[in-house]
Amino acid sequence: MSSHSAHATAGHPAALLHQFDTADQQKDASTLGMWLFLITEIMFFGGLFIAYIVYRNAYFDSFVAASHTLNIPLGTFNTTVLICSSLTMAMAVHSAQVGNRSRIVLFLVLTLILGAAFLGVKVIEYADKFEHHHVPGPSFQFTEGGNPKNAELFFSLYFGMTGLHALHMIIGAGILLVLIFNASKGWYTPEYYTPVEMFGLYWHFVDIVWIFLFPLLYLLGGHLPPGSGGH
Amino acid sequence: MSTAIESKETRNYLNAGYDLKSWLLTLDHKRIGLLYLFSISFFFLLGGLFAVGIRLELLTPPGDLFQSETYNKLFTMHGIIMVFFFLIPSIPAVIGNFLIPIMIGARDLAFPRLNLLSWYVFMVGGTLAISAALMGGIDTGWTFYTPYSSTYSNSNVMVTAVGVFITGFSSILTGLNFLVSIHRMRAPGMTWFRLPLFIWAHYATSLIMVLGTPVVAVTILLVGVERMFRIGIFDPALGGDPVLFQHLFWFYSHPAVYIMILPALGVMSEIISTFTRREVFGYKFVAFSSVAIAVLGFLVWGHHMFVSSQSVYASLVFSIITYLVGVPSAIKVFNWLATIYKGSVSFGTPMIYAFGFIGLFTVGGLTGLFLAAMGLDVHVHDTYFVVAHFHYIMVGGAIMGYLGAIHFWWPKMFGRMYPEVPAKTAAWLVFVGFNFTFFPQFLLGYLGMPRRYHQYPEEFQIFNVMSSIGASVLALGYALPVFYLVWSLKKGEIAGANPWGGTGLEWKTPSPPPTENFEETPVVTEPAYSYHKEEFELVKS
Ligand SMILES: [Cu+2]
Repeated sequence: MSSHSAHATAGHPAALLHQFDTADQQKDASTLGMWLFLITEIMFFGGLFIAYIVYRNAYFDSFVAASHTLNIPLGTFNTTVLICSSLTMAMAVHSAQVGNRSRIVLFLVLTLILGAAFLGVKVIEYADKFEHHHVPGPSFQFTEGGNPKNAELFFSLYFGMTGLHALHMIIGAGILLVLIFNASKGWYTPEYYTPVEMFGLYWHFVDIVWIFLFPLLYLLGGHLPPGSGGH
Repeated sequence: MSTAIESKETRNYLNAGYDLKSWLLTLDHKRIGLLYLFSISFFFLLGGLFAVGIRLELLTPPGDLFQSETYNKLFTMHGIIMVFFFLIPSIPAVIGNFLIPIMIGARDLAFPRLNLLSWYVFMVGGTLAISAALMGGIDTGWTFYTPYSSTYSNSNVMVTAVGVFITGFSSILTGLNFLVSIHRMRAPGMTWFRLPLFIWAHYATSLIMVLGTPVVAVTILLVGVERMFRIGIFDPALGGDPVLFQHLFWFYSHPAVYIMILPALGVMSEIISTFTRREVFGYKFVAFSSVAIAVLGFLVWGHHMFVSSQSVYASLVFSIITYLVGVPSAIKVFNWLATIYKGSVSFGTPMIYAFGFIGLFTVGGLTGLFLAAMGLDVHVHDTYFVVAHFHYIMVGGAIMGYLGAIHFWWPKMFGRMYPEVPAKTAAWLVFVGFNFTFFPQFLLGYLGMPRRYHQYPEEFQIFNVMSSIGASVLALGYALPVFYLVWSLKKGEIAGANPWGGTGLEWKTPSPPPTENFEETPVVTEPAYSYHKEEFELVKS
């Protein structure tokens, strides 16, 4: 088929795949696919958010007490780091749009560094939980108020939600490495930078999840003195 | 490679390559559809074998064939294999994969690699489920209710849960691929309201796959984490709430029933219009009723929890919304009947499945309304009435639809006709066997026989024996097609591009279709099912 072989000429990633008629159609399909993927992610995290909200209402005092033990300065720092990384990611996409190869690489590397910084801080926070026996399991202890069993539930959800979020960051870091490698070879041009743009959507999504996690886990009920009970 | 092929055979997707690699690494949606066909047929056989165990045990009132634990494992494995590894992928992954790109006039789905990945993901999940069965099975029921599944069961919950979790992603990938393809890959002139209703049905199905599956995935993940680390999300002993599991589980698993039935509803519209040579009556109503079923389906999950400490007001709302699902379902049935009425009906095998489907789906749907009534549900909750109801939908509906679809598009897939006489015989065996199997279960349930027990009082024996005999007839009806369909691959009559005189794009390309589906991209100029016009012109000339 003549129209067919014309598509499949180069091994270049920008080449039009055979099922598409135009580059625009190909890009539109990728974008819609990415948004749909992000919607599935929202539903995935949604189950955990629902569980958290249900138990926070049921065991309000214990959840507030447990929330008080989280390190708000570190959480705030991490929030800032992530917002900055969203900015550098947006800059990387912009650089791809205007075709500045070295700046794509620069901003992708900056995004990777900020992501790594976030994960590093998370490690410090997790280590702190281990020290204080705040990790759910046989050695769990909680003396800061409320019912220890319910505080354990809080920490189960804390580790579940932030852990799943961190997993998304780690996967993102892996993809970033690939993007950096490809960008340095000059694969991304103003005509074709779909992977950078799609990864940008993913990265912003992961940031937004944290924007919800941070107040939910760290801040809500922070004005209440520990063990005061709001209900 | 094409030069090596005998010149008399035209180039098509089947002879594009014969080695294993050309199948296992194929990006062609049609070949991937066939990969799914073989795999799910295997799972269907496996799930059926577990059912044989169940029906044998229930021949006699005492639990004399299997111990109660073994029996629990039999019905659990039957449910899990049939639901997650046969029914959910059946029509979408086989027929949908094969037909959606062709019906919308595209060369392939939007993401062929993702499509192949979804099959591999499915096989990994399936392998885990099978290995769980080999390691001794699982006994939680297909619903994985907590805290039994998360804390107390000593069977292979972890392996099975991981298998189901992984398989969920194949469903998500398929749904995502369909949605993007239907949005972005339609041929010129193929507007939304010219799409075949099969496509509308799959659009609605895909919405459920994409929105619902992640929720059950995270729920099963939580069960797994709870089992491994002894945290108490669902375990009341640890402060958790087992009813939360039920909410999360049914948020997906009620809509999952529509993943199974909506594609079959789409198949029916295609078969009925083709075999009556009429446009589907009320096209837009039928199209939107698919979407309405998908949307409403997300708002009714609480009808599974009338006796699970749910507040009576919540139950009331869930009950009313469940009744509302009856409206779009009835719209479909009435529109089909209106299509058949005064159509020139021909009784090919697919049409026999279609008639069977309409009857069984109606019975299944109406008994669903019984179950949505709070008072009656308390009486028949967890009885064989429920079992009969959902088998009327999932077996009477979904599998009749699947078999109808296989027969209807078999000539397209392989270029050969199936033999009509054995096919009609099988269709009748399925219909009669099905009713013999499951109608007595309505009576059993109404009389109070609970589900999931391997023994029962003597007065229930007559119905159980009927059910087991019916199941044997049903099994025969399911086995027959394997033989004559395989036979037809070599010996069947050559089908030609359009054996049924259908109007869809899939009938405008050779059978079997070439790898890129069409010689050149088709341009669509008229609505789906424009039969009248065609025949009118025929009369004129
Ligand atoms: Cu339901």
